[in-house]
Amino acid sequence: MNHQVVSVKVYAAVFCALLALTITTVAVSKLDLGEFNFIAAMTIAVIKATLVVMFFMDVRRATSMTKLFVGAGLFWLAILLVFLLSDYLSRGWLPSLRWL
Amino acid sequence: MADSEATLTAHEPELKHHFDDSAQQLESSTLGMWVFLVTEVMFFGGMFGAYTVYRNLYRNAFASTSHFMNVIIGAVNTGVLICSSFTMVLAVRSAQLGQKKALVAFLILTLILGCVFLSLKYVEYHEKWVDHHIPGPGFQYADPRYFHQAQILFLLYFAMTGMHAIHMIVGAGLLTTLIVMAARDRFSATWHTPVEMIGLYWHFVDIVWIFLFPLLYLIGHTQ
Repeated sequence: MNHQVVSVKVYAAVFCALLALTITTVAVSKLDLGEFNFIAAMTIAVIKATLVVMFFMDVRRATSMTKLFVGAGLFWLAILLVFLLSDYLSRGWLPSLRWL
Repeated sequence: MADSEATLTAHEPELKHHFDDSAQQLESSTLGMWVFLVTEVMFFGGMFGAYTVYRNLYRNAFASTSHFMNVIIGAVNTGVLICSSFTMVLAVRSAQLGQKKALVAFLILTLILGCVFLSLKYVEYHEKWVDHHIPGPGFQYADPRYFHQAQILFLLYFAMTGMHAIHMIVGAGLLTTLIVMAARDRFSATWHTPVEMIGLYWHFVDIVWIFLFPLLYLIGHTQ
């Protein structure tokens, strides 16, 4: 792991970006964009989480092994959500099968 | 061999003998902490999954509840948590530089911001109590069509924000321990692993809130 200390400027920039994104997400929620409201809110949340993980939690400078574990965690979360929702969201898409 | 080990331990008393050097020791701790955080991701992931399923089943009911969420407190609390993450990262930086006074000061600031968050959470929970929005026999809801479905949302609201608040309380306890250890000169520029690890934990709890805030407070706000 690289032990060079990160300058306060970098942390301050990330901090300001996080605050700006929080204000943005509240502002966007006041507009009626239909389904896009959800997409926008989640996109901003993912950007904020990525900033925290990369800069505050310093994953961008972590060892490959730590990065692999973080990636594996996200992949397992994706398995959980994708398989759960592929069941619930697809219910009723097909007409009931009469021959059963 | 024995001589070199003896000199090593003399120079770095915190270095355990089964590690090559401090950097490797810190890498191991970081990896272990991330394994723990991944289990936490899965734990909260289950609740986020339940929320998503019910939101899709009872879309209108869930949208109607967002009118009863206090967006101002929610947004202020998001800001408070981001500030606390910023002070936490500065605390870790001070530890890396071996600046004891700054470390203690930033840790105390982080703890204060954590307590501000929990106090505002208390105000919100009290509002819910006064409005009879706590699921159970005393539950009341403005729209009788959604009486049952809205209870599911409020149950998820209390489960998710409650688990998050418990993590904040644990974090506050950990911060208090760190402040005491830092004040007793337990940390140095070469060894400050607990500060780094609890920093990771604190940022993780911040990330959970980053997702909770839009999902519980903002979605369906325009409907």
